[in-house]
Amino acid sequence: MIVNKETIVQLASVQKRLDNRTLTEYRTPIVIETGISWTAEGSARVRIGDNIVIAGVKLSIEKPYNDTPDEGGIMVNAELLPLSNPEFETGPPGIKAVELARVVDRGIREAKAIDMKKLCIIPGEKAWFISIDIMTINDAGNLFDTAGLAALTALKSAHFPVVDESTGAIDYHQKTKVSLPLVKEPLPVTVYKINGSLLVDPTLEEERAYDARLTVTTDDSKTVSALQKGGTAPLTIDEVGRIVDLASEKAKFLREVLNKALR
Amino acid sequence: MVYKKRLDERKVDELRPMEAKAGVIPNADGSAYFKIGNTVCYAAVYGPRELFPRFLQNPKKGLLRCHYSMMPFSGSGERIRPGGNRRSQEISMVMNSSLEPVMDLSAFPNSVVDVFVDLPQTDAGTRCAAISAAAIALADAGIPMKDMVSSVAVGQVDGTVVADLNYNEEAYLGIVSDIPVAMLHNTKELTLLQMDGEISKEDLIKALEMAKIATERVYEVQKKALKERFSRE
Repeated sequence: MIVNKETIVQLASVQKRLDNRTLTEYRTPIVIETGISWTAEGSARVRIGDNIVIAGVKLSIEKPYNDTPDEGGIMVNAELLPLSNPEFETGPPGIKAVELARVVDRGIREAKAIDMKKLCIIPGEKAWFISIDIMTINDAGNLFDTAGLAALTALKSAHFPVVDESTGAIDYHQKTKVSLPLVKEPLPVTVYKINGSLLVDPTLEEERAYDARLTVTTDDSKTVSALQKGGTAPLTIDEVGRIVDLASEKAKFLREVLNKALR
Repeated sequence: MVYKKRLDERKVDELRPMEAKAGVIPNADGSAYFKIGNTVCYAAVYGPRELFPRFLQNPKKGLLRCHYSMMPFSGSGERIRPGGNRRSQEISMVMNSSLEPVMDLSAFPNSVVDVFVDLPQTDAGTRCAAISAAAIALADAGIPMKDMVSSVAVGQVDGTVVADLNYNEEAYLGIVSDIPVAMLHNTKELTLLQMDGEISKEDLIKALEMAKIATERVYEVQKKALKERFSRE
């Protein structure tokens, strides 16, 4: 479908969208599945409308960093697979993938969502490290929110693998019943500004027409743990306030959908 | 030690449970989901589209380009570093030569048909699953094909010829051979043939005969997925 950018911009000024959603409405269905990869310690497939993202968690035992000898660590990587969008190319992650991974990473890390001290096995010697890999299957716009939701779901579904007590080696074929020490549930919500209006969950066409965007990660207590502004247009302080309110309301909505799906 | 009963209790020529679906990735021109046992892959086809860099363009026909990739969390051990390795390069190459014989790209000069296959979880037989998935996705994309390509591994575990080895069988203590094959449905010709392990000539021929039946079962699943796809519209 070829859509005129002008149409989207004009519709936005009268609070309307091409697919008849309200400005603050997510696409449907929102489908959340866990355990989609038996080889991962935790995994999830999240679908928001036609947007499909897979996240997988792998655990490993490594030497803690020198400045945090009694803590484990996390790492987030995102791949914009060429399978998911004709515009994505093979090769090392480009700036879009790097930004996506870093925004999701900051939201989880800075919220202190994972109790890093509980990941420590022997201070200064051994600790659990968590790798989260985000893979796009179909990019239909709004990868930030979908990836953030997939990453949190994968973390929630993860279980430590069995460790052989004599050799210290991980047996990846067996999982324990112990979940990750996840103490908060931060979720990113990206609010887009198009022609003065604020909207969430943009389609690919809307993503091509925005003036500014702000990704706001909030946890259960509405505390903000990460921000990322994008786009070339500026935002007023008043707009930032409205965006944070909208983002934490929508994060609450997504968290409810998530916890209902996992029940 | 003779391998009489298979580790997962399958019959010698029985494949693991399969599941296939076409048209699972809306952005793609053709796509498929294919599952055999615990090996899962997504395949997407983009094209025919203009080929860059230009010097690769062929004014007589289009180019088929396969890209195989395992997701970082899809291996049965530690996390795999993303970004490809020698193994994924080789598999991409043999996927190309397995599918190319049936493709008719003469109507698409200077173009490329890209096939991307990504696996979220694996348990042996990934190149075969990738080829079977890619064939469904290419048919879904409506690219002219002279025949269907169906792929599965056959082999020999401790003297017994079997179809569709899983990870535990590949790792079996004793003499094992793993022979991934791709076969054309109508002509029963082989377009993929690799092997590692040890096997006698007699067992090799026996295994390849078994591959005829085994790939036919894959073909049925591929056909069903495509029929379901087009009866939806």
